[in-house]
Amino acid sequence: MTTKKLSALALLVAFMVGVQLTTHVTGTSYYLTQLTMTIYSCLLIIGLCLVMGYAGQISLGHAGFFAIGGYISAALTTFNFRPALEGGSSWVELLNTTGLFTSRTSMFGEPLLSVQPWIACLLAVSLTALIALLIGIPVLKLKGHYLAMATLGFGIIIFRIVLAMEIFGEADGISDVPGFTLLPGLTVNGNLDNRVVNYYIAAAFLISGFALLLNLIDSRVGRALRAIHGAEDAADAMGIDTARYKLYTFVLSAVFAAVAGVLLTHYSGGISPSDAGVMKSVRYVAIVAIGGMASLWGALTMGGLLNFLSLRGLFGSYDDAVFGAILIIIMLFAPEGVLRLKLWCKLKGHKEEG
Amino acid sequence: MTLELFSQYIFAGITYGIIYAIVAIGFNIIYNTTGIINFAQGEFVMLGGMTAISFNHYLPLPLAIICAVLVTMLIGALIEIAFIRWLESPSVLRMIIITIGLSIIIREMALHVWGDSVRALPYFSGNVVSSITIMGASISPQVLWVLAVCSLMVILLSLFFKFTSLGKEMQACAANRLAATLCGINAKNMVTFSFMLSAALGAVAGCVVSPITSSQYDMGTGLAIKGFTVAVLGGLGNSMAAVAAGLLLGIIEAFSIAVGFPLAFQDAIAISLLLLILFVRPHGLFGNKEAARLKEF
Repeated sequence: MTTKKLSALALLVAFMVGVQLTTHVTGTSYYLTQLTMTIYSCLLIIGLCLVMGYAGQISLGHAGFFAIGGYISAALTTFNFRPALEGGSSWVELLNTTGLFTSRTSMFGEPLLSVQPWIACLLAVSLTALIALLIGIPVLKLKGHYLAMATLGFGIIIFRIVLAMEIFGEADGISDVPGFTLLPGLTVNGNLDNRVVNYYIAAAFLISGFALLLNLIDSRVGRALRAIHGAEDAADAMGIDTARYKLYTFVLSAVFAAVAGVLLTHYSGGISPSDAGVMKSVRYVAIVAIGGMASLWGALTMGGLLNFLSLRGLFGSYDDAVFGAILIIIMLFAPEGVLRLKLWCKLKGHKEEG
Repeated sequence: MTLELFSQYIFAGITYGIIYAIVAIGFNIIYNTTGIINFAQGEFVMLGGMTAISFNHYLPLPLAIICAVLVTMLIGALIEIAFIRWLESPSVLRMIIITIGLSIIIREMALHVWGDSVRALPYFSGNVVSSITIMGASISPQVLWVLAVCSLMVILLSLFFKFTSLGKEMQACAANRLAATLCGINAKNMVTFSFMLSAALGAVAGCVVSPITSSQYDMGTGLAIKGFTVAVLGGLGNSMAAVAAGLLLGIIEAFSIAVGFPLAFQDAIAISLLLLILFVRPHGLFGNKEAARLKEF
């Protein structure tokens, strides 16, 4: 890793710490809850940025991957296996002896036996990766409109599934999801006295994910991806296995989305069908577009800013409309993203000359 | 399954199928003149139904529908002039995102204007309980209205493209835009016109189905994805094939309920079919593979 990248990351770490200290000093630490949620959304967004900006493939189904991760983890950690165990189900007994289950009591003192969060998380993320792989093989052969519609269709199918299945709570979603103890003492949950710790857990995930992607785009893979984005046929002719690179990035970004889904679900204690909705996917695409498509830093800053403002309720009942309008305006006037506006570049050019 | 039940499902299937076909033709008209898939196509159907319901408070039904169609056409034209016309050879990705943005804006505006309540136009003739028996199936007269109006639209449309000068100019633009321009056709106006035409089609469809399916601000997305499925199933750009494909999808959906497929997953059928077609036969059931290769998707 070059010193330039290291210093940039150090700046990011400093910024994250700075934000926490500011909220501490000014007594506004209630912001931290929404900031933590924002950070998890950013984790998904930088993953999507890799697919859209660097591999040049649109995905209107990323809320689907987020939902697969979140819902599977939530369902496994809330489903009560105790009746099955007492009913003498031999496989539940077998799984119980291997330590995959954890006992706890519900709010009403009822004993519960559910899957260990770590196991649930691993299952959720690997299942998402598998689905992304299976979906990605045929989908990524498509281009343009067909790719957009196919990913949109995938998203809608996931939305329909979570809405129609009893195990996923139908229209209510899943609530009372327990905390996720990463390491002893480090638990992802929504307890107020745990707020600062959770903020730093989220920040640690985001920064490591970001560092991973920064390295990836500067590697051989990154150069191959940019070649694919520029001219897929040319990249193919130069001996780049375009299909494989596109598939790997797609799966990687799905994993980012799934991890974000799992952690955010345990943090907020629940997940609802709207998290799987098409509008969520469109919103992620909008944020990547505003950030300038092929710019991880742009996606990160815009993702942070817009998600936080939206969570603070700044846009009121026009929340979705604001994102729609942003999409149109950006695509009409600044398809390269706000940070690369012609006007902006001109000003910068003048400065360098003068 | 008895014959009565069978024909009942067939009628249900073709009623929905022909609506999907109309949405698909709307996609095709714009795709042919511009190479754009207009993701806001389903919103035209919603706008047609909703404005007609509002006009119907003050005007008699036929007049309300005409006004609604005109308003939707105007919106279609404004959208094209404001957002599409002045872009110089935009990339496909850019156009996709712009039309998605438009569909969100239209939907959210509809939500703020009409609220999220479910509304419906009155039945064109008779009422909810009146029914006609055909081949053992008892169907609502509105179903006949839907079939008649939509078939009429398809016929008129094919006559329009075959015999009128405007229709031929639009086809010329679809075939070769540069050559059409050199022949003195204003290609930009043709694009505006194609948006108006497909908005009008959507609005009429939205009005005739409103008594049966009701109208709501968010009905557009579902219709758009089914219409697109049908357009792709028939081969993108081929309107007559879209009618066949529409009827096919409608009947498949109707019979999926007949065999006990859960209603909640009904949308999933169309989308799975879409994914399947995209993966194995992207040029459509009736399309030509060689010709499809030349198009830019």
